[in-house]
Amino acid sequence: MSETAVPLSIRDLTVAWHRKPVIWDVEFDVSAGELVGIVGPNGAGKSTLLKSVMDLIPRVSGRIEIFGRPWKDQRQRVGYVPQRESVDWDFPVSVLDVVTMGLFGRIGWLRPVLKRHREAAQRALERVGMGEYADRQISQLSGGQQQRTFLARALVQEADLYLMDEPFAAVDAATEETIVEILREMRASGRTAIVIHHDLHTVPEYFDSVMMLNMRVVAQGKTEDVFTRENLERTYGGRLTLLEEATEAMRRQEKSL
Amino acid sequence: MSGHSVVQHFLTLRLLPALLVFSLAAERLAAEEVDVAGEQGASGLRVILLQDYNTRVVLFGATVLGLASGVTGSFTLLRKRALTGDALSHASLPGVGLAFLLAPAMGVSPKSLSVLLTGAAISGMIGAATILFIRRLPRLKEDAALGIVLSVFFGGGVAILTVVQRTAEGHAAGLDSFIYGQTAAMTSGDAFVIAVTGLLTIAVLLAARRPLTLLCFDEGFAACRGYSTFLLDLLLMACVVLITMIGLRAVGLILMIALLIIPAAAARFWTESLPRMIVIAALIGGCSGFTGALISALAPGYPSGPVIVLVCGLLFFLSFLGGTSRGVLIRSVRRRRLNDSIDREHLLRGIWELREGDACGVSEPPSPAAGAEELLKIRSWSVSLLSRQILRAAREGLVFQRSDGAVVLTDRGRIVAERLVQNHRLWELYLITHADVAAGRVDREADAIEHVLEPELIERLKKLLYSRSAAPGIPSSPHPLESATPVVSEKLDTAEGGA
Ligand SMILES: Nc1ncnc2c1ncn2[C@@H]1O[C@H](COP(=O)(O)OP(=O)(O)OP(=O)(O)O)[C@@H](O)[C@H]1O
Ligand SMILES: [Mg+2]
Repeated sequence: MSETAVPLSIRDLTVAWHRKPVIWDVEFDVSAGELVGIVGPNGAGKSTLLKSVMDLIPRVSGRIEIFGRPWKDQRQRVGYVPQRESVDWDFPVSVLDVVTMGLFGRIGWLRPVLKRHREAAQRALERVGMGEYADRQISQLSGGQQQRTFLARALVQEADLYLMDEPFAAVDAATEETIVEILREMRASGRTAIVIHHDLHTVPEYFDSVMMLNMRVVAQGKTEDVFTRENLERTYGGRLTLLEEATEAMRRQEKSL
Repeated sequence: MSGHSVVQHFLTLRLLPALLVFSLAAERLAAEEVDVAGEQGASGLRVILLQDYNTRVVLFGATVLGLASGVTGSFTLLRKRALTGDALSHASLPGVGLAFLLAPAMGVSPKSLSVLLTGAAISGMIGAATILFIRRLPRLKEDAALGIVLSVFFGGGVAILTVVQRTAEGHAAGLDSFIYGQTAAMTSGDAFVIAVTGLLTIAVLLAARRPLTLLCFDEGFAACRGYSTFLLDLLLMACVVLITMIGLRAVGLILMIALLIIPAAAARFWTESLPRMIVIAALIGGCSGFTGALISALAPGYPSGPVIVLVCGLLFFLSFLGGTSRGVLIRSVRRRRLNDSIDREHLLRGIWELREGDACGVSEPPSPAAGAEELLKIRSWSVSLLSRQILRAAREGLVFQRSDGAVVLTDRGRIVAERLVQNHRLWELYLITHADVAAGRVDREADAIEHVLEPELIERLKKLLYSRSAAPGIPSSPHPLESATPVVSEKLDTAEGGA
């Protein structure tokens, strides 16, 4: 990677669900090789932010660039780990099948899945400590194993920028350790990861920089600079009531139309 | 809506009408018994031997229809859009009537199947678009959209058909056969259209299987990999519309949804792999189509739709019972095996714990042994269950029965028992120290869980608990072994007597 463009740059982003704005005026730059945490209360718009980076939801305004280009040119360089609850784990596929999905872009529509694809998937599974589970039915996985499977699916993509939605949610200590290890390996090889995180205690330990989000960006920067009690209070405290009241009023008006 | 409730919905909602229509037809035919029987005797053999070109073609058409329904249904079921297919098939009815009315004005024959099906497809697509539109409106949910489209379009269709039926040639065209299906009305040309469309749909779906799998499993991931979920959903819906159209002739629009859902739902009982599920669903659908059309050809006058759906329902029932992956029978066998192994574990642990106190201070403790009466006291076992378990454990070399009737642990049985006791007590300890469960209750709580503890979990338990308490090994029980203690002293003589 011999480019100067930053992995992710967001300008003036506003996103609305059914015209009810959920994030306002987000400005955000991520430097290469960083682990970035996004924290904020429930409903703060964290998932929405990641989704709008990937053009999964229409935005009201804003410009997003990934390594200096718009999303649709850079899709192959971005790996996404969705929230575990977003899928039905009773689906008739095996763990290896799920990981292979990360390679569909490379395999194409019609060509068969080759041995080298399966081997790549198997290697990714071994990296997350799930080597023995390749043939397991996904409905038989524990929560932590589901999370590792999703991580492996993102790993096979060999992306440069990873977006992860709460990978640490409801996993045990061993899984958490594995994920952190992998994040650090990523950073060591120059990759960038943006991770939505809920456990505030571990933020300083895990992340180089942090974005504190509550409908708008409360603070962002190096973790040691911005992860302060005061900023946390501003993020999680009830200081945003005005903004919320404004959106609520807009929603009511919308409903009465 | 979960896949399960959709299936239940259709089993009750569609199999019953199918049965009803079928029995009404049977009653009607019974009234005209004589001439039907005469006709049938002559042609029945020809049908079975597939001597008629027409019969062959119709059977082929119905089979391909079933195959294609199985494949399409697998994807719609996994996409949890099974109900959309129902709304779409109902939405096609006004198109059939309008195509019949408008065809002469456009200079084409209103009797041609392709004209009617094109009408059906167009109104089905309008129905689909309406669903998508209503769903985008705030405060209206998916099921509302489906309900509205289904009932309004179907109502409109029935009204139009009533008008058509009043006209002379309209009455002769037998458009009402689209509602319940009638393979007898199928010409070889119709069957050809059906077969080609069906095979084409299968080919398209198989070509798009990877993006479709992604769409069904993880919509968000599919979208971020660059697949347009909108276009993929549209493709899937278009396939449903096509299948519904070609199914109108043979199955009819009311029951078409059953052919889309039931084979896919039945296939789920047999496998946990998507490619296999698709193949099995196709086979079940194809088999139903073939059998239904064959029966209908043998006994003309029976509407083929209900027959096909009833065969489908029968195959579903068989899969539900005998499916090798999720069938009721295999599940009950698995549960029996689990219960057996739990009972056996209790037996081993029971013997070990009864003799636990004796081992103290003896340098070479004797093999733990216990009489049947002692064992019956510590568990609410029936005599027959206990003796069955003893036999079973003996066969596996875990215990043997001494001449005095006492059950003795073999060396292997003792190792297993020690591991079980350890797991049980580790878990009890964990519940007491970490989960605040009262000491009096932990025995039962641990009982329920210890059998499913995986080795890695045990390792973690050990790490956690041994770092606090002193020596590794088997911890002593955190609660008095209730009935065991008095029994031990009492029964010791009998148990040791024969040694
Ligand atoms: N599909 C949707 N339709 C309408 N509104 C939505 C939708 N998804 C999210 N929202 C709204 O957007 C806001 C932000 O949601 P988002 O999921 O981004 O929050 P979050 O920060 O990820 O919260 P959590 O910590 O609970 O995951 C919420 O108020 C939510 O109600
Ligand atoms: Mg979220």
